Amino acid sequence: MLKQIEGSRAVAEAVALCRPEVICAYPISPQTHIVEALGEMVKSKRLSPCEYINVESEFAAMSVSIGASAAGARAYTATASQGLLFMTEAVYNASGLGLPIVMTVANRAIGAPINIWNDHSDSLSQRDSGWMQLFAENNQEAVDLHIQAFRLAEELSMPIMVCMDGYILTHAFERVDIPAQEQVDAYLPLFEPRQVLDPAEPISIGAMVGPEAFMEVKYLAHAKQMQAIERIPQLAAEFKNTFGRDSGGLIRTYRSEDAETMIIAMGSVLGTIKDTVDEMRIEGHRIGVLSIISYRPFPLEQVKKALLHCKRFLVLEKSLAVGMGGIVATDVRMAVTGAGLKGYTAVAGLGGRPIFKSQLHQLFRQAEREELPPVTFLDLDWDAVNKQLAREKQTRRSGPVAENILHDKGIVSAKFG
Amino acid sequence: MGFQPVKFYQTGTYTVGNRLLSPDQRSVQAGESRSNSINSGHRACQGCGEALGARYAIDAAMAESHGQLIAVNATGCLEVFSTPYPESSWQVPWIHSVFGNAPAVATGIAAAMKVKGKTEVRVVAQGGDGGTTDIGFGCLSGMFERNDDVLYICYDNEAYMNTGVQRSSATPPSARTATTMPVGPEPGNAFGQGKNLPEIAMAHGIPYVATATVADLRDLEYKVRRAMKMHGARYIHIFVPCPLGWGTASNDTIRIARLARESGLFPVFEAEQGEVTSVLKIRRKITVEEYLMPQKRFAHLFGSHPHPEMVARIQDIADRNIRKYGLLDEEAA
Repeated sequence: MLKQIEGSRAVAEAVALCRPEVICAYPISPQTHIVEALGEMVKSKRLSPCEYINVESEFAAMSVSIGASAAGARAYTATASQGLLFMTEAVYNASGLGLPIVMTVANRAIGAPINIWNDHSDSLSQRDSGWMQLFAENNQEAVDLHIQAFRLAEELSMPIMVCMDGYILTHAFERVDIPAQEQVDAYLPLFEPRQVLDPAEPISIGAMVGPEAFMEVKYLAHAKQMQAIERIPQLAAEFKNTFGRDSGGLIRTYRSEDAETMIIAMGSVLGTIKDTVDEMRIEGHRIGVLSIISYRPFPLEQVKKALLHCKRFLVLEKSLAVGMGGIVATDVRMAVTGAGLKGYTAVAGLGGRPIFKSQLHQLFRQAEREELPPVTFLDLDWDAVNKQLAREKQTRRSGPVAENILHDKGIVSAKFG
Repeated sequence: MGFQPVKFYQTGTYTVGNRLLSPDQRSVQAGESRSNSINSGHRACQGCGEALGARYAIDAAMAESHGQLIAVNATGCLEVFSTPYPESSWQVPWIHSVFGNAPAVATGIAAAMKVKGKTEVRVVAQGGDGGTTDIGFGCLSGMFERNDDVLYICYDNEAYMNTGVQRSSATPPSARTATTMPVGPEPGNAFGQGKNLPEIAMAHGIPYVATATVADLRDLEYKVRRAMKMHGARYIHIFVPCPLGWGTASNDTIRIARLARESGLFPVFEAEQGEVTSVLKIRRKITVEEYLMPQKRFAHLFGSHPHPEMVARIQDIADRNIRKYGLLDEEAA
């Protein structure tokens, strides 16, 4: 059914259609509206049977999900930013135990400085946690990816994060097609666990494993994600058969047929990128887009195939590998090793810094002319940065960096001066 | 001439001999149908109080739940010595996740059982004092506060034994641990610190809180069975001496636990809805010296450079417990 609906509410509807049996809720912006909506559905018995648990921390949210999943219940939770970091030990544990928990990550920056706005630092920090990570471009895709995620997670008995940009998607009202219960039931079978805590057949889960078997257990987690590379396109095709629309998959290309320059990104910024590319195409630029939906597993072969025809690529990413450069860009470069392509990284939109078409026009043209350094920081205020560096050179006790930067930019003085 | 009850006590322990009881009154441990929940062959140290406590407690919980039990284990000695894959001593479905989340994992299992309508399946979570009073405290308090249908059992050996005897918030004052060494003017663990977790549990107003020791099998079994008859969040704190960490003889575990109780240092009681409902009285009161002296972790209080003032402060703690919980009958006093 078509609805004009908030992204979080739409995701809550989708999750409810997947009939979760245990939901853990802990508030953290910008994820909170999702669990609020689910709480209302459980309380009103619209979603039943389902246990909705208000936990005391994200660490508990993931831990309760672990217990529920190990006891054979379909478990769901949602988090973001600091919350994801706070639950990290349990995040790794869930994948290590092979428990198919689905979690929404409403992507948000990580402090300090504390910042509630969108970038991809949070889920990318869990890159090697053993969880799969699927990135939604818009709210329709966020809805659809959740339905696919439960199916994929339970098939492989591995957990999945469905990542959607905080605020930009979670709080945006747009038209979303909410599937019917019968459609979801037809697509998503009942959860049949591979391992379950059951007094009738006692097993021990989560015991000590020494050097003699640890490598194999870890390799199998990798093997599961390699299987997911096969299964994700198949599940997306099946999804299209049932629901009648393209959603999900590993990657997606846009106007890439004869492109000499390819722009690569994840999440909602793809909308702005595509608009920019459309405008540049009208002017005759041979430029196209590659969107990465499945960040983990990372589809090396598919990315390579999508880029081989071009001459150069630019990865625009909302994340920063401090001391190195790009996080996503590293994976993309790995995919095209030896292909002789020029590769550029643009770090953009950290902490919710808006990304404008005008900036992208300029950036993409620079990439086309191969005038960019290997790593670019889009819209970085070099004056503010250099001023702070000079201050630190002059004064030992130079004070909190964030406060100084805001002072220099005049935002504090504009408000209070 | 009035009725004169005759009591048969075992020499030294002053406990009632099991064989003198009718079969239906015998302990779960003495019963033919005990479940051996944590079976022989595990790798605990000789004389391990925690292994004993876990066996008593989980067997009793199995008896009361008619075998419909799922156990959660925090990281720690019990987890490590009972389950190096592919060996497992556990005859019950058992899960270990991480150090600090056993209460929350148990909540998840209880929720799964409820949603699936398997109300007969009960959930027990267990951990050592580090996993309970320190790193798992947040999750434990959350589980209590929500009154989740979980029995949490803390096996308290008063330090982090698995990692090599470091101080926890359950380590008693003046005790030597690897991080509170017996050096300086106030050797060992500091006075005036630490948590009283049974009382903190009571402050949550949960249905049932009890303490027990491995020296009192019947009392321990009674409390586990009593807890298992109830629903909601329940907490049992079991005193389990650690020969390795305390420097006691491995054949002395039961005696040391009894001395802790008889000195008043470890009050044994039960509480419902935050109020104490019964206490296990001290039979033959002893001074704290009798409890402290056999333990190498307190050796610096005695010997060539003794600290009688610290012993006196420990005696004060015991006396305060005795007053507070009414641990002495007039008869025994």
